[in-house]
Amino acid sequence: MSDETGSEAADRSDGTAPPDPADSVEGSDQSDPAEASDPTGEGETTAGDRFTAADRVARVPPSGIRAFFEVAEAHDDVVSLGVGEPDFSAPWPARSAAVASLERGRTSYTANRGTAELRRAIAGRVERYGHAYDPDEEVLVTTGASEAVDLAFRAFVDPGDTVALPTPTYVSYEPGVTFAGGDPLAVPTYHEDDWALTPEALAEAGADEAEMLVLCYPNNPTGATMSADELDAVAAFCVDNDLLVVSDEIYAALTYDGDHESVATRPGMRERTVVINGFSKAYAMTGLRLGYALAPPGAIEAMTTVHQYGMLSAPTTAQHAAVAAIERCDDEVARMRREYDRRRRYLTARLRELGLAVAEPSGAFYAFPRVTDVAPDGDDEAFATDLLDEVGVAAVPGSAFGSGGAGHLRLSYATGMGELKEATRRLERYLDGR
Amino acid sequence: MDDETRALIDALVADARESPADLARQTGLSAEEVEARLADLEESGVLRGYSAVVDWDRTDETGVEAVLEVNVELDRETAYDDVARRIAESPLVDTMRLVSGDYDFEVYVRAGSMGAVSRFVSEEVAPLPAVTSTVTHFAMETYKERGVLFDDGDDDDRLSVTP
Ligand SMILES: Cc1ncc(COP(=O)(O)O)c(C=O)c1O
Repeated sequence: MSDETGSEAADRSDGTAPPDPADSVEGSDQSDPAEASDPTGEGETTAGDRFTAADRVARVPPSGIRAFFEVAEAHDDVVSLGVGEPDFSAPWPARSAAVASLERGRTSYTANRGTAELRRAIAGRVERYGHAYDPDEEVLVTTGASEAVDLAFRAFVDPGDTVALPTPTYVSYEPGVTFAGGDPLAVPTYHEDDWALTPEALAEAGADEAEMLVLCYPNNPTGATMSADELDAVAAFCVDNDLLVVSDEIYAALTYDGDHESVATRPGMRERTVVINGFSKAYAMTGLRLGYALAPPGAIEAMTTVHQYGMLSAPTTAQHAAVAAIERCDDEVARMRREYDRRRRYLTARLRELGLAVAEPSGAFYAFPRVTDVAPDGDDEAFATDLLDEVGVAAVPGSAFGSGGAGHLRLSYATGMGELKEATRRLERYLDGR
Repeated sequence: MDDETRALIDALVADARESPADLARQTGLSAEEVEARLADLEESGVLRGYSAVVDWDRTDETGVEAVLEVNVELDRETAYDDVARRIAESPLVDTMRLVSGDYDFEVYVRAGSMGAVSRFVSEEVAPLPAVTSTVTHFAMETYKERGVLFDDGDDDDRLSVTP
């Protein structure tokens, strides 16, 4: 360390000199807030930190996806199949509605539960899934489906409650349950069952004793959907064992073999289910941060209690965009869905030609091939890292989605056909070279 | 139209150079079925051709593009189709449509020079008995053609790995 740097460090600990701005942007051109909390060896020179994370926060390990993102960012010429959001932009009518609302100066809070207009539009839209929810009492507009998931845990999970989480599944549920003081219980699902959840697996894992079950179909990361019969069986299990259900249906609009079915439409389920959906995936509106929850009045009331103090209301501009999305973007959604479908077929066909086993992904925009057959040590993380190092293809290791995802890789086809072709060519080269 | 045929057409609209094997992968049809369906679609005139989207401004070729508005007055012997066929026959005409609104035909023309476009209008379009007036708009800049934006592409600002 040079004298100059040394004296600068001394100055800084006195609090007399501002930190060199060059330090704070070094090695990062991504504006990711999480980066700021990442210790980068510069810790010596910063001015102490008296904080210790609360136990329930410290207990949650850093995200495997985050770790892998950092590895991927360090590589050049990467073709990424690691992205969990659409490659499209929000449909034009939604964007222009957002702009128009700003031009009209609509920049205040909305009602806690969201604008009446949007809640009505949502209630109308979900009728296509066989739902009937009262826009005044049974709909809550949230800051992304993410907030709705968190609200459901905070509103209904008491310390010590058990929440059954099928694995592999979306990464936010387990930390969310932990933050709420609950105990996550993993329920394995299997490639051989096309990743469907079964009452047998639930019973085997002890979910009959749980207070709550979280469902995510179409599933991230497997792309699995549940057939009507499979849904019936899980619903019966929930009724028999008196489980509450949080059903994250954010990929409902992206199914490719028949229409989405919601568990809440099954007998005895509406009164025990919080249905969660949002605008991020179907309408390619991830950055606008808008989602919603549908549930009986008492449940919405409890979630609103948490929401009104923690959030006040969901983003106003996004709510204006969302009304337009529902009312005027069906064609655009259909076009995106058709494009995903072609990519999905392409990717699964290529994977199978390359000798990888993959359960038919019938929803969302992910395929989840098994790599144990081609990764000699069977380790998905090692395989993903090697794939990135050798041929520059980024994909998320399956174990990032829980123990049930081990030995698999999540490949996102929310990317152009050209990239998909290049990525599978590189994968082929990689497999040939082993 | 069934879902596979729609997917086949969507795939070709996105990229007309897709190979039969890749079209098969994207539609779930076999390569033979793809060939057979393409033959049907061509024969029935649904698929009229496959052509490239070219940004001529990035080449050293000279040339101009223009849009003509053409008004016509029909009589008992002459229908829109008759006039249209005469004009559309010209190799300079790229695209021609009958449209609603202030004029009848919208004609996209590409030629080597402004003079060539002017001669086409004055010698081949205006003299037609049914044509009552024309307006010529020379194109100054192309931003998008047949779904393809003429920009420098890649503005994907997503993080490379996300949940
Ligand atoms: C299953 C699932 N639920 C929720 C979310 C978060 O959605 P939102 O952007 O609405 O917060 C995602 C995003 O990846 C997801 O995959």
